[in-house]
Amino acid sequence: MLAKRIIPCLDVKGGRVVKGTRFVNLRDAGDPVELAAFYDREGADELIFLDITASSEGRRAILDTVRKTAAAIFIPLTVGGGIDSVEFMGELLQSGADKVSINTAALKDPGLIQAGAARFGSQCIVVAIDARRVKSAPPEAPCWEVYSHGGRYPTGRDAVQWAVEVEKLGAGEILLTSMDADGTLNGYDNALLAAVAGAVSIPVIASGGAGTLQHLYEALTLGKAHAVLAATILHYGAYSIRSIKQFLSEKGLPVRPVNRYAFNYLPEEAGA
Amino acid sequence: MGKVAIVDSGCANLSSIHKALLRAGITAFVTSEAKAITGAAGVVFPGVGSFEHAAALLKQKGLDEALLQCAAAGKPFLGICLGLQLLFSCSEEQSSATNRLPSGLNVIPGKVIRFSHGLPVPHVGWNRAVPRYRHPLFEGLPDGAYFYFTHSYFVQPENPGHILALAEYGHPFTAAAARQNLMGVQFHPEKSGPAGLRLLSNFGKIIADPDLL
Repeated sequence: MLAKRIIPCLDVKGGRVVKGTRFVNLRDAGDPVELAAFYDREGADELIFLDITASSEGRRAILDTVRKTAAAIFIPLTVGGGIDSVEFMGELLQSGADKVSINTAALKDPGLIQAGAARFGSQCIVVAIDARRVKSAPPEAPCWEVYSHGGRYPTGRDAVQWAVEVEKLGAGEILLTSMDADGTLNGYDNALLAAVAGAVSIPVIASGGAGTLQHLYEALTLGKAHAVLAATILHYGAYSIRSIKQFLSEKGLPVRPVNRYAFNYLPEEAGA
Repeated sequence: MGKVAIVDSGCANLSSIHKALLRAGITAFVTSEAKAITGAAGVVFPGVGSFEHAAALLKQKGLDEALLQCAAAGKPFLGICLGLQLLFSCSEEQSSATNRLPSGLNVIPGKVIRFSHGLPVPHVGWNRAVPRYRHPLFEGLPDGAYFYFTHSYFVQPENPGHILALAEYGHPFTAAAARQNLMGVQFHPEKSGPAGLRLLSNFGKIIADPDLL
């Protein structure tokens, strides 16, 4: 059986990590490479870099960051943010990313999902969906609308229908963010997660709202998510990956244990 | 320990495996030269993509002969993902041009078949590999350590003795195979965190002392 995954997400801008990471005892907590290596050692199952730079210089910077990071970590790396062409996907994958995540560009041109999956395989293509509850919908029949451009513009699309469509187009995974829950620390929108996870057969990564370990557990059970994205809950030091995994494991969920198998993981330890 | 050749058949990004081998203490070099491969102390054979395409590329570059020589010479050999599958006789992955099943190196008898149990394919994520017997490749790793998989096909050795480790996805499937000096893993050790690095460093120990096998 596949393990439930814990995936730290780092916002990267111009080659630097922005926001968060207050607790991490690193020489330079703003260095994405160092922070990525830290989370790898801590037992993260994958990492996501979200490039929040919009400029073309930023694109060069993210390629360089991906190259350096891929050389330093030994878990899968997903990169998202502003990816709008198969060529750029190819450059990121060539630089060492294992998957790419697309959002607004896929809403503008759903054919991009198909083209990316045909060229690189579905396992490389993550589609990120930002969704907000439709206020007028009755509570017993909730529905969610997809937003583009980092949650700024409503698209008129239904989130569950869009998820079904992206799976058909060849997406290998869905990164689902509840904009209502995001930043609240009050828990994920489990109804949204379960509605999407129940409608597709590809994995759903839950994002937005985690404040406690119980919230993570609920997203993976009530929400039927395969993985949880962790940003605030990790970066601000409330919980370590080890404590998250221990909690989930005690609750009976399959997780990959944090274990170094007597392997000298740090280069400085190898020489010690 | 001598150097390890990472076989570049032109269908995989080899920098991750190269970095992982270095981190595991193994000096390796990427090559598509038959001579460099046959002269190496050990061979790592990665691969992604289509079985038929990769098999054709090997022939085209004359690498199939070099790999067969290494296999016959008893050189420690580690196939990864498609590199494991290519050690087998043939694949169910339908040939585009002919109706024949495309053939592999045929150094481990058996075939490569597709998951057809209704679960999502490709099988992507962290799953547990349980060795069926003690083997130096899994030294220091507990039964059921998690490794990172991403594949749609799996190998089915004719001789069950060649199944080194099993994983479960709808049904048990071969996560690692071994026949004397030939070893192969379906997962990606270079993406499997400390467990993967430990497995690679175990491979390095086998190269340093083939009597471990």
